[in-house]
Amino acid sequence: MSEQGVDNSKRQFLTTALTVVGAVGTGYIAVPFLAQMQPSTRAKAAGSPVEIDISKIEPGQLIRAAWRGKPVWVLFRTPEVLEILAADTGKLADPDSSESNQPASSQNDLRSIKPEIFIAVGLCTHLGCSPTFRPEIAPNDLGPEWKGGFFCPCHGSGFDLAGRVVRGVPAPTNLDVPPHHYISDTRILIGDNEANA
Amino acid sequence: MKPNYLNDCGSWFCQRFPMVKMWNEHMAQYYAPKNFNFWYFFGALALLVLVNQLVTGILLTMNYKPDASLAFDSVEYIMREVPWGWLVRYMHSTGASAFFIVVYLHMFRGLIYGSYKQPRELIWIFGMLIFLALMAEAFMGYLLPWGQMSYWGAQVIISLFSAIPIIGDDLSLWVRGDYVISDATLNRFFAFHVIAIPLILIMLIFLHIIALHEVGSNNPDGIEIKDSKDPWGHPVDGIPFHPYYTVKDIVGVAVFLFFFATVIFYMPEMGGYFLEHSNFIPADPLSTPEHIAPVWYFTPFYAILRAIPDKFAGVIAMGGAIVVLFFLPWLDRSPVRSIRYRGGIYKKAIALFVLSFLGLGYLGMQAPTANATIAARVCTAIYFAFFLLMPIYTRWEKTKPLPKRINEQPSLEDQIPAIKEAFAAMTHDVPENRNGQTVMHTRPDASGIVHELSKFAKKIIRSLD
Repeated sequence: MSEQGVDNSKRQFLTTALTVVGAVGTGYIAVPFLAQMQPSTRAKAAGSPVEIDISKIEPGQLIRAAWRGKPVWVLFRTPEVLEILAADTGKLADPDSSESNQPASSQNDLRSIKPEIFIAVGLCTHLGCSPTFRPEIAPNDLGPEWKGGFFCPCHGSGFDLAGRVVRGVPAPTNLDVPPHHYISDTRILIGDNEANA
Repeated sequence: MKPNYLNDCGSWFCQRFPMVKMWNEHMAQYYAPKNFNFWYFFGALALLVLVNQLVTGILLTMNYKPDASLAFDSVEYIMREVPWGWLVRYMHSTGASAFFIVVYLHMFRGLIYGSYKQPRELIWIFGMLIFLALMAEAFMGYLLPWGQMSYWGAQVIISLFSAIPIIGDDLSLWVRGDYVISDATLNRFFAFHVIAIPLILIMLIFLHIIALHEVGSNNPDGIEIKDSKDPWGHPVDGIPFHPYYTVKDIVGVAVFLFFFATVIFYMPEMGGYFLEHSNFIPADPLSTPEHIAPVWYFTPFYAILRAIPDKFAGVIAMGGAIVVLFFLPWLDRSPVRSIRYRGGIYKKAIALFVLSFLGLGYLGMQAPTANATIAARVCTAIYFAFFLLMPIYTRWEKTKPLPKRINEQPSLEDQIPAIKEAFAAMTHDVPENRNGQTVMHTRPDASGIVHELSKFAKKIIRSLD
């Protein structure tokens, strides 16, 4: 093919223009392709609040419920536990929960609305395993420093019975406290902070 | 050209498709070094396992249901009610572990013989991409049975994305397609496991082999066979891949299938290493099993993740442990390829690296106690030191002079006298009375065995210099 009389700058312009148009078109089609992997409308709607009845909970007992497919714990803390929680704060990474995730009503030392009733999402803030409930004091496998708490079997993170993470473990923050409020003395609504929201 | 039945493969076809040309380029006239040893079986074996995974995988999809409420039961249905379903499923699950065994040995071969070095850097990079795709394939496949380990393993690995600053949470939400691991996640992992990743894998393997055949295979001596050619232009130390290595690989395949079948028929769960015990319990989003660990082939990287007491740094270290492998061709500054001509420092470094990798693999399976965490930190440090200090110690090392041609290897026949001698040293004859007759019996000799073992150990230690 003869190269004579070819305007190279015009060719270059057409090539560039076509490349740009093609890239924009690819970008447009990429949006629906990628966005269709987002949670569906049904998945988004499934996050409705869950009611928990705590009238039958015994001191020291932990009950579990499911909210948005996640485990939610309700723990009835005894006075002895509350004493330990108040005293044993030296080893904590975030004792005042400033880095952690909780509703304002639970951002206090015991991380709860009522001191005895502790509510948390039962998933480790490291990589989302569900920690084991280990209320005993100084068990063999966890050592003499253990004053009762939640131990994550996956990567060894420890939390006390207020869901506060201890220092030097992989979990970065305290256990999440879900939005919740008391409908009555014995009924809690998980997933909603306000009584009339 | 040698007479070849393919040469007269109906001219109609051959005028339209370069079958003879392809066959010659990649098989009959692909010259491979004549000194391939044991370590060179694993490339061909990886292909065999791939075929096994594709065939059994297609059969499994005929009965498997990618639905959170049906998946677990459909696997049990395959195991109990589908004719030969148990065999197909065990071939697939054992094949997954076999794939990693074969690929780890294949990579180790590259490491000791310097097969990643100039001009084979791209082969190594394609190989690393295959390794990445294989890990993704295995991870997504492990969710499909929807057992406890499937569920919580996926939960942990997807949460790794959430450690990335700013975009992390949205990214893990996008990967899951839901706020927790759910039916949406299972369904998309099925799509990736069955269509997307296998296509990528096959494409990468194609590129890996094309790149290999462009530059030619390395060998245990790590010298270029193309440097000495015969008058016809063929490497004098090369032999055509077909029939020499195809036949040799058949031997390797037979031995491999012997072990593979033993596992499938006698120990398909491999004591909980190939199929974990907790995975026979259906997924329960409310409780994590007491002890969770990934399948064995991920445990070295998992141990690195656990060793770092910070979420983001742990994820970076785990990713870095894989990323650093990509840079191996440029980290190694030694002028020689093969470990046979390397200095002692590199041999010791490799020995330490292998120990730390195996150590991490073991620790990744254990519960995270304080001592185990310290051990994992030591191993992690060695793992990274091996790569990051490589530019320094490979420059220091005193290499041995390279031969011009490939060294003759002693054949098995040549080694028989030495083997006989060692056998005699480790046994002694004892007279035994049987039915009134004195018969001589060969019995193991403890001091002889200790002596031979110490001789062997000394030989290994000497070879480290």
